[in-house]
Amino acid sequence: MPYKLMKGNHALAEAAIRSGLALFGGYPITPQSEILEYLSDHLPAAGGVFVQAESELAGINMVYGAAAAGFRAMTSSSGPGFSLLQEGISYIASAELPAVIVDVQRYGSGLGDIFQAQGDYWMATRGGGHGDYRTIVFAPASVQESVDMMPLAFDKAEQYRNPCLILSDASIAQMMEPVLLPEKIACNPDHDWAVRGKRGQAFKRVTSTMYYIADFDAYIKKKYDTIQENEQRWEAVQVEDADVVLVAYGISSRICKEAVALARAKGFRLGLLRPITLWPFPEKGFAAVNPDVSAYLSVELCALPKLADDVRLATGMNVPVSHFLGGAHTPSSRAVVEAAAALLNQ
Amino acid sequence: MVRVICAGFGGQGVLTAGLVLAEVAMNYGKKVTWVPSYGSEMRGGTASCRLRIRDTEILNPFFEEADLLIAMNQNSLDTLQGQVVQDGVIVSNSTMVNVSGLRSGVRVVETPATAVAAELKNPRGANLVMLGAAVAAIGLFPAEAFADGIDAYFAGKGHGNPLNRACFLRGAATAGRG
Repeated sequence: MPYKLMKGNHALAEAAIRSGLALFGGYPITPQSEILEYLSDHLPAAGGVFVQAESELAGINMVYGAAAAGFRAMTSSSGPGFSLLQEGISYIASAELPAVIVDVQRYGSGLGDIFQAQGDYWMATRGGGHGDYRTIVFAPASVQESVDMMPLAFDKAEQYRNPCLILSDASIAQMMEPVLLPEKIACNPDHDWAVRGKRGQAFKRVTSTMYYIADFDAYIKKKYDTIQENEQRWEAVQVEDADVVLVAYGISSRICKEAVALARAKGFRLGLLRPITLWPFPEKGFAAVNPDVSAYLSVELCALPKLADDVRLATGMNVPVSHFLGGAHTPSSRAVVEAAAALLNQ
Repeated sequence: MVRVICAGFGGQGVLTAGLVLAEVAMNYGKKVTWVPSYGSEMRGGTASCRLRIRDTEILNPFFEEADLLIAMNQNSLDTLQGQVVQDGVIVSNSTMVNVSGLRSGVRVVETPATAVAAELKNPRGANLVMLGAAVAAIGLFPAEAFADGIDAYFAGKGHGNPLNRACFLRGAATAGRG
């Protein structure tokens, strides 16, 4: 199969179509508007429905409706638009319906700015909306992963009947890399939980399932515990003998991979643990780390550290955890190596 | 491994020149990343894209030092020449760019890209003249084969134009190695 040179946003949108996307409802905002642009052009031709909604609120609720009818549905947004999706995501989680939500992160709170950032980490991994729910959060580090995570996100959303998030950022969205695209699959909306018309159909729950389930607290706890146990994904790069381990996801992890290579060339035993799922956080990945590791360094494109908290929780705070922040600027791999080396010398 | 910055005024086709290079490199089996300039600098200032071309996995798409700078206007040369490594290559559009006073330790290839493109009656092909000079200067790909890649690229977009190939090859001829 030949490689195709694609922009992150376009590749992600094409992968959604090939994953059986039936409805997209959303509202444009930089840096994810190419997702809408691409889908408006290609999704109808592939038999799906594209709606440019009047707002993000409308878009996420269209997704809720399509999901209730058993269809694969998706929305995408960024920055303030992602904030507006949270109520709807909570409703979809509460109704135990599958959906895929893409957040192409941009910098800053409020209006912010359009360049890459990783500041939505807490919002993505802690639920974002009100109440007791979690979303499975996939963090692509390349254009190829933006493609590969799309069918996976839909599959996991349906397996657990829970919304899944793909947490991209402006740099992965705007850059181009060669990709291999999956074959298009056909999806049958006739799930046993889906509302498929009144005649001959049993009662279906497509609003908050808490009204219908005895001992809901235990039920929902068990559901998220199961996801936490079974869905942790990560990549470990030379952590077994590392004196310092970097922890980074998405675009930051690319910088850190280069930092590991740079450091190793100089005899500095640096490693990288890259969370591929941010929730569930890959606590299991830390088991392979050198038991005598001196320090962890969380590398994030944020003004305030966030991922570092999860590293502390995963490691039981037995080893010092520091952070190296990119803020509005993308750090160099050399600067990451220097920051890591400084920890070793403390 | 090659790190390339391609820069000029918005409208000079620097993003497209980078895209053509990325696509041809990909079709040669190379790993490649193409990162556009992005944010406020796109509005009224210099447009640029940055590529990495490599045989193995590209770890970090960003870089601070480049092996090759393709500078289509003066501002690009002035602001980006400091990022070129010692013994790196700067391809300069001599129709618009004055390289006198440039730092030493870099190889400068001058090609009158804007004038050549006008002469060949393909004024929007100045970016391809520059690309021709760059490809010949670094010797990463054979020029004729690369020209086939250019034809394929524009034909694939529905904009096939034999003058694009002509621009590229003229650029390559101005920059013979050595």
